[in-house]
Amino acid sequence: MNSNLYYNPSLRRNISDKVLTLLSGLFSLIAILPLILVIAYVIVNGASQINLSVLTQLPEPPGDDISAGGIGNAIIGTLIVTGIAALISIPIGVGGGIYLAEYSKPGVFTKFIRFGTNVLSGVPSIISGVCVYGVIVSTKIILGSNFSALAGGLALSILMLPTIIKTTDEGLKLVSNDLRKAALGLGASKYITITRVTLPSAITPIATGVVLAIARAAGETAPLIFTALFSFYWAQGTQALLEPIATLSVLIYNFALEPYKTQNELACAASFILVIVVLMMNLLTKLIGYYTNSNKS
Amino acid sequence: MNNKDNTIVSLENVTISYKSQPAVKNVYLDIPKSKVTALIGPSGCGKSTVLRAINRMNDLIEGCTLKGRVLFDGIDLYDKDIDPVEVRRRIGMVFQQPNPFPKSIYENIAFGARINGYSGDMDELVELSLRQAAVWDECKDKLNDSGVSLSGGQQQRLCIARTIAIQPEIILMDEPCSALDPISTLKIEETIHELKKDFTIVIVTHNMQQALRVSDMTAFYNAEQEEGTSGGKVGYLVEFNKTEEIFNSPCQKATQDYVSGRFG
Repeated sequence: MNSNLYYNPSLRRNISDKVLTLLSGLFSLIAILPLILVIAYVIVNGASQINLSVLTQLPEPPGDDISAGGIGNAIIGTLIVTGIAALISIPIGVGGGIYLAEYSKPGVFTKFIRFGTNVLSGVPSIISGVCVYGVIVSTKIILGSNFSALAGGLALSILMLPTIIKTTDEGLKLVSNDLRKAALGLGASKYITITRVTLPSAITPIATGVVLAIARAAGETAPLIFTALFSFYWAQGTQALLEPIATLSVLIYNFALEPYKTQNELACAASFILVIVVLMMNLLTKLIGYYTNSNKS
Repeated sequence: MNNKDNTIVSLENVTISYKSQPAVKNVYLDIPKSKVTALIGPSGCGKSTVLRAINRMNDLIEGCTLKGRVLFDGIDLYDKDIDPVEVRRRIGMVFQQPNPFPKSIYENIAFGARINGYSGDMDELVELSLRQAAVWDECKDKLNDSGVSLSGGQQQRLCIARTIAIQPEIILMDEPCSALDPISTLKIEETIHELKKDFTIVIVTHNMQQALRVSDMTAFYNAEQEEGTSGGKVGYLVEFNKTEEIFNSPCQKATQDYVSGRFG
């Protein structure tokens, strides 16, 4: 009855409360430490290496310790390979997501596709590389070329597919059924309803998923080692699609392991560019969300 | 009383089931042209189900089946060669929850007209439709604003305007005012009075005063436990007559009890 209402710091519950708050704060700090370390490391080591000639020149073969050249062809190569991957995976992924969310009837087939998509998103990236190597590279099935930008793009597209299918599927499922009924009630066909009403309403999550998938693919190394390999030359003409091509991630892998300092520094420069590109992509998703939301209301 | 020439939609022995459970059965109903017909009754009596059957919106519900015939201008809408998309262009629908598209007010109206191949002056059609739905004055200065930015009552009138724009013969309204305040409700009711000059309207309502205010004809549905089943109730049509007859001198005792507020 006469216990007072003032806060008593020596109470057991108040002590454990403080300790646990401190502990969870500490752990969340540890959790973001790797992110901070990685970015700090890359910026400290990489940013100082960036200059115009690094961005525009070709890499020199290892052994010449005076200059390692630049990463110009790897930047172009990453754009090309990721672009090919996006061209393959966006139509298939968005199309598959539309089927799952709008057309499929609940049943074994639909369950199987959703389950398969989840499994595919868990497949280690090196497996997709080995798979494309076995099916396309070693058999020289595409116009007799073995390692190629095309094969690299295909390997990356396998990794992008599940993300795109899933975000499309889930984005469309979030669209209110009222909107579908509204369109159908006006005599819109299912095709019109999807292309003019539901798909535009779900464009934010879909675009976000696509950008995240591209960002992930741009940083993949393992699948490219088996498929796109590497090149010390510029990609020239359409013929380049059927030839080995340099990419930033494989350049990092190759040059970071060289015994020469200049090569290692070039790998740092490439890491910096790659991390910046991935960060930009992630910021782009935020921008997409912000822009489309402010557009709606 | 019902001259066959004035009937636009006629339900003949219609039974609608969800899965194997009938929701409403053995409905005969002749909906007169250019009149407002109200469907009233307690919850679960199948009045919304009957309404959705008229433009085949029930097709969208998994496991919903219909027996009997729904004749529109003498054509059975459930004939297997009928295209439900075409049916919905001739018989438009306004839903319980206002559901404008997240597009501009102008685009909300233009959408339906465009997909129906309207080739006239779109500005004119938008203005005419919004005027007919009595929402033009509130919208005319912000046609490029999002339809979602309007108030609930305005959104519902926008949805009515959107339906008018496709020039249907019939407008079905599924409790169009149940999500709205009394003032918006009043405005929608005034709109309905204007619209019946050009359209046939069928409205489902929980509000008996509303049925009395807006409709020419009223159909009263009731639901009862089906004999020998443990399942849900099954709806049926109790009485269909002129609205004043239903409210002032109904033939059935159940109708009398319902309209006088003794149950429901």
